[in-house]
Amino acid sequence: MQTPILSIEHLTVAYRLQGEWFEAVCDISLNVDAAQTYGIVGESGSGKSTLVQAVMGYLSANGAVQQGAIYFEGEDWLRASRQRREQLWGARLSMVPQDPLSALNPALTIGEQIAEILVCHRYASRRAAQARAIEMLRRVKLPDPEGIARRYPHQLSGGQQQRALIAMALASPELRLLVLDEPTTSLDVTTEAAILDLFAELQDNHRAATLFVTHNLGVVARMCQRVAVLYAGEIMEDAPTEALYSAALHPYTRLLLRAVPRIGDSAPLQAIAGRIPSLRQRPSGCVFAPRCPAALERCHVHKPALERADDGHLVRCHRWREIAEGALRFEETAAELRRHEMRHVEDSLFDHLFSAKQSSTQTTVMRAEHVRVRYGVHSALSRLLGTKPPFRAVDDVSMRIPRGKTLGLVGESGSGKTTLARSLIGLVAMESGEAHLLDVPLRGTPRQRAKATLKAMQMIFQHPEESLNPYRTIGQTLRRPLVTLLGMSRAEADRAAADLLRAVNLPADYLSRFPSELSGGEKQRVAIARAFAAQPALILCDEPVSSLDVSVQAAILNLLAQLQAQYDVAYLFISHDLAVVGYLADYIAVIYRGQLVERGAAQSFFAPPHHPYTEALIASIPLPDPKAKARRVRLPDDQPSSVVPSGCRFHPRCPRYLGEICRTHEPPWQRDQQGRFYRCHIPPHELAALQTENGA
Amino acid sequence: MRATTRLSAARSTPTLRLNLTRRGRLLRRLWHDAPFSVIGGIGVLLFLIVALIGPYLTPYHPTANSLPDRNQPPSLVHPFGTDNFGRDILSRIIHGGRNIFALTGTATLIAVGLGLVIGLHVGYLGGWLDQIVMRLIDALLALPALLLTLVLLGALGNSRFTVLVAIVILYVPIVTRVVRSVVLDVKTKAYIEAAEISGESRFHILFREILPAVLPTLAVEGALRFSYAIFLVASLGFLGLGVARPEPDWGLMVSEARDWYALSPHMLFFPSAAIVALVVCVNLMADGLRRLLEYSEVD
Repeated sequence: MQTPILSIEHLTVAYRLQGEWFEAVCDISLNVDAAQTYGIVGESGSGKSTLVQAVMGYLSANGAVQQGAIYFEGEDWLRASRQRREQLWGARLSMVPQDPLSALNPALTIGEQIAEILVCHRYASRRAAQARAIEMLRRVKLPDPEGIARRYPHQLSGGQQQRALIAMALASPELRLLVLDEPTTSLDVTTEAAILDLFAELQDNHRAATLFVTHNLGVVARMCQRVAVLYAGEIMEDAPTEALYSAALHPYTRLLLRAVPRIGDSAPLQAIAGRIPSLRQRPSGCVFAPRCPAALERCHVHKPALERADDGHLVRCHRWREIAEGALRFEETAAELRRHEMRHVEDSLFDHLFSAKQSSTQTTVMRAEHVRVRYGVHSALSRLLGTKPPFRAVDDVSMRIPRGKTLGLVGESGSGKTTLARSLIGLVAMESGEAHLLDVPLRGTPRQRAKATLKAMQMIFQHPEESLNPYRTIGQTLRRPLVTLLGMSRAEADRAAADLLRAVNLPADYLSRFPSELSGGEKQRVAIARAFAAQPALILCDEPVSSLDVSVQAAILNLLAQLQAQYDVAYLFISHDLAVVGYLADYIAVIYRGQLVERGAAQSFFAPPHHPYTEALIASIPLPDPKAKARRVRLPDDQPSSVVPSGCRFHPRCPRYLGEICRTHEPPWQRDQQGRFYRCHIPPHELAALQTENGA
Repeated sequence: MRATTRLSAARSTPTLRLNLTRRGRLLRRLWHDAPFSVIGGIGVLLFLIVALIGPYLTPYHPTANSLPDRNQPPSLVHPFGTDNFGRDILSRIIHGGRNIFALTGTATLIAVGLGLVIGLHVGYLGGWLDQIVMRLIDALLALPALLLTLVLLGALGNSRFTVLVAIVILYVPIVTRVVRSVVLDVKTKAYIEAAEISGESRFHILFREILPAVLPTLAVEGALRFSYAIFLVASLGFLGLGVARPEPDWGLMVSEARDWYALSPHMLFFPSAAIVALVVCVNLMADGLRRLLEYSEVD
């Protein structure tokens, strides 16, 4: 048996905060062999970043290894001198970080940065290093490697930057361990898929051990041979990937797998109640016990040991045997979940807010026609001075949202999806086009709009941290719309605010709390309550779950579905995640570079024919199932450019590019048999034939 | 009605207690990290107390001449000694401290208040208003402080009121700038947009939603302005401006003591030391305020 490349033994890392030590990583052991990809999955606060920092030797000044050891190729890495570490960093052990732009030096060209590693470790002369840098850029499949080597980081797109960092990490010929810290989290899903392909391909070549840290269960399923599930700094389960996904033994793993929305599956998601314990208040028993539906008395008292359940399958749970035998079931069935939701609905005291609602007969809540939004329109003076040309973020978008329904708007970053929502609510000005809310035309800034219009449309923002004023209590925040828009008295608003909190499943004593005392999911619940306070007919949800952990995301999605069913509110649900949209939406529209490219009912949305862009989006979603075959529709990385391509906007990246016509003519809207519309030159039957053949 | 009042009172108590214990914890932490800033704060407090109640305790009148006691070195009778007219230097410093606190304190408060209101508005509203106000401010900031004050003293007459006007004119632009920069950051936050789409009034958004975020920075800036104002007033006093002669003024005392330096150095030392000590204490306090602000951001 050869020695593993990386061996972590009973590692405990703690941080010193105001004179006290708090354990962030607790008794972790794992071995990574050569050519093995080891996945570490965890939500925020699980200690995965601390683990990475400890492995790399990058722990911050107030962090320290309290116990255990890390061996790197048999060498005691924790005792290694600074000099020794510098010898190994970049040579035998390298890392690809999460945010590519902040990891690259903006003052050096890409080529110089890669060559620097080779020169620094004396692998090559300066000239040879340059040549090798270009060779590495070619290996990570960057187009025009010579050109890229001469460019500065800001001249590359996010995907290209990440490729350059991978080239840098793999540049050393002696590489033994590659640590990937959420390498694709900041990328769009189509780019992520292409980068994961690249990792998979390179793995076969470099033979180094890989530690793949991520929160995304789909990514792990695709990439890793073995996975450790981390929760509150402890390993909950550690198993070969296949075993973990098909026969998970820990309640946390099982619930987590059920919390991920999957395409074509509209069963309610399994939410996990509660939140991850903070460093200050780790439970003394099993760390997951406070949130575990199967927790017994002893779970709260005695910490379970990490036991060997099967060959190579480790689990930290008192009840794993019952789970393995199938004697213990704690996941709720779809029907149970639905009943659970309905009980909440009946309990809600929030009804009287809506009881006075006028029984409006309008079926269309929002009608938008030919909306255009342009950024960077300056005064005549700045135009003379030649500042940047105006950029049209939304170009000729039309849509309708029926009462009580959800329109899901899917697009990658920079597609204009958020700008569209902001133009409807008046936070940015429309350049042209019309929008009607309940047949009232929408014009001007919110201040210029009538109260009734403001009341009828509300918004939920992406970042829960920013959507609540940190200096105002939850009560103060929730009371305002009740007073200003509904004209309630202070006492009425007090009562209604408490009801609102109960409607979003938060206790009423949260009214006197400040946002800093709430978790991200709880803040988003308050933001939802605020949006519902005005009894709107339409709520614009701008990526409301994208910054939340999977288990929390499921709860928020369920809450939104439940509130909609009860109060007949329409949603414009904006997301980059097609699976999330597919879970909640009745209709789906796909937006690319400011234009809709496909729209249709959600039920039949995931069957071909698709616009080639949608096809790539669907194929790119990493599925939490290691047996799923990767569907090979990949897009080339987008070029950073504000120039809109002529003809079809998608033609430079389109895998089904026809030729001249795509470049010169804007494609027409086409309608398939199911009544879906897409904008492409290829007729429906041909496109369907192409895509089914490819999918099979 | 009564029930609601009781309810809200019951609700507010725990928060209050929480804030008090939190404040205590923050102060302890500050003492641990930067003890001098706490000492500075205590120093400012002592100066303030002495300025407030000192004048009632001083045994001598600050302008009472006593020719037999001229140029006395520090002694038990005159702890800081006497000057060339036999006036008790300690009494003069205490009274001068009161004058300086009254003048610079009022001027700083007015400047901070005006700067806050202007900064909130131009920062939030932006556009042409912002452009015009900011260019005006640039122009004002380009003028040397002492020169502007001298011109004003010439135009409006040599009085304490003119000094106050000068300080306000000098510091409003600086405070406006600082406030505006914070507002520019805060106004992009989603919670401000959430207030806008709920039809909140401009007053509510400026003074209820944005102001709390500005206050910590404003406190630090106010403390710094205060220390510079003390310097400015002392400099003017040294030049004999903005003070009426027999009135005690620290700057003027330093200026007068120059001629007697060789004979009685204590005349120069004590007023100079008072200026230095107060300015240093105010600056240390400002540093402490800044740290406290950082702590609360981290928490």
